[in-house]
Amino acid sequence: MKLLSRVTADVKHSPSAHSTLDVLWVLYDRVLRITPETVDDPGRDRFFLSKGHGPAAYYAVLAAKGFFPEEWLDDMGGWDSPLGHHPDRVLVPGVEVGTGSLGHGLGIAVGAALGLRAQGYLDTRTFVLLGDAELDEGSNHEAIAYAAAIRLPITAIVIDNQSSTHGWPGGIPARFPNWGVSVVNGRDRDEIERSLRVVENRPRLVVAAL
Amino acid sequence: MRETFIATTTAILEEDPRTALVLADISADSFAAAQRRHPDRVLNVGIREQLMAGVGGGLALTGMRPFLHSYAPFLIDRTYEQIKLDFAHQDVGAVLVSIGASYDAAAEGYTHQSPGDVALLDTLDGWTVHVPGHRDEVAPILRAAARHDDRVYVRLSTQENSHAHLDGGTLRVLRHGGPLVVAVGPMLDPVLEATRDLDVTVAYTHTPRPLDTAGLRAALNGDEIVVVEPYAEGTSAHLVSAALSGLPHRSLHLGVGRAEVRRYGSRHDHARAHGLDPAGLHRSIEAFLN
Repeated sequence: MKLLSRVTADVKHSPSAHSTLDVLWVLYDRVLRITPETVDDPGRDRFFLSKGHGPAAYYAVLAAKGFFPEEWLDDMGGWDSPLGHHPDRVLVPGVEVGTGSLGHGLGIAVGAALGLRAQGYLDTRTFVLLGDAELDEGSNHEAIAYAAAIRLPITAIVIDNQSSTHGWPGGIPARFPNWGVSVVNGRDRDEIERSLRVVENRPRLVVAAL
Repeated sequence: MRETFIATTTAILEEDPRTALVLADISADSFAAAQRRHPDRVLNVGIREQLMAGVGGGLALTGMRPFLHSYAPFLIDRTYEQIKLDFAHQDVGAVLVSIGASYDAAAEGYTHQSPGDVALLDTLDGWTVHVPGHRDEVAPILRAAARHDDRVYVRLSTQENSHAHLDGGTLRVLRHGGPLVVAVGPMLDPVLEATRDLDVTVAYTHTPRPLDTAGLRAALNGDEIVVVEPYAEGTSAHLVSAALSGLPHRSLHLGVGRAEVRRYGSRHDHARAHGLDPAGLHRSIEAFLN
């Protein structure tokens, strides 16, 4: 991913940026039914980057897949750049949600999945990516409990690089009761792909451990 | 007004497959029949207001028109950041419908009151705010809001006026006289009673956002203006000031005081405590004009 190194402005969040790279590549290269031509197709798969900080890898993957020109990567955070240190869906083609403040993406993903189901897009899948420290935000737990209660088939991916200040005793899956769970090596693309392809009649958690 | 909201929203859900209703337990029993008919579009997330707002944003991102509903303090105060980021920042909208208003829930205490809701929304861009003064004003407001994708807040209250003014979307002059007194929503009847023996112009609106600034300038008679709002006092002061900039004027803004009234009782008691009953309004307005 030499494109990632073009994203020069993201010094502050570089560990979090690189932690997501393999999962994002597998999503856009192998799993999501979305292309630059179908960014407005109402039935496209949805991917919500809830962990909006450290978006360098996200931008690099979107550029590699042709959602916007690679030249955009050279001026991240600049006045004339659509690419900020947190992504904005209004400015960046392919970005489904503007995030940065933690704990918003999962609730929005639940709403989007419900909206897609209500409109008959039964084959459309909804994915959301969070960080393990982001789980500290209580709003996530409102969404975790509700999605389980209504058996909503969304897939939440938690990048676990042990960045939560107080940790999650008992492990992250214990925070997702009644979700289907896979814990995978966050660098093993084949393993990530296999876990993301599983569809159940309930929400799924994929912990990408680093 | 709450019953009108329930009946109208139930009908809207029946007629328009694009609409959805997101609840956080409040009023869930009243929408049970609608939920049985439209289980995919009537969603009760439980006592989870942050999620209610996030779900609303997600629904809107897929092209649906979400209605959200709870007590004002839970719908607006508690979810302020979700309202800020899950709607306007995503460039989507919703219809937020509150009950409880400033102190309808007087006996419940301050936890169930939201005098600051409109002021909070004023920090954000693009929210239309409706404060109906009569139950018959509610249905047209909700039906209009269902037909577009903008951000709309509808603030329902127990207090209401004796007559509906369906044309209250802009400022309507109801009594011609001297200095202008603007009454928002359910403050109209108390204002009319308070100013019965005063030579004033009385104008009414149930839509304070966007404020009808052209109507305000047209209705101004002289250089004095009084604004009476059923939420935090001074909420509209910045807009009135902007509307009248360049015109020498004196203004008085009446509404719910910032200090918590740490008493229970009824909404009538709280109106009196905040000087928003006819006697209190009369005292304030007369002192200002003389």
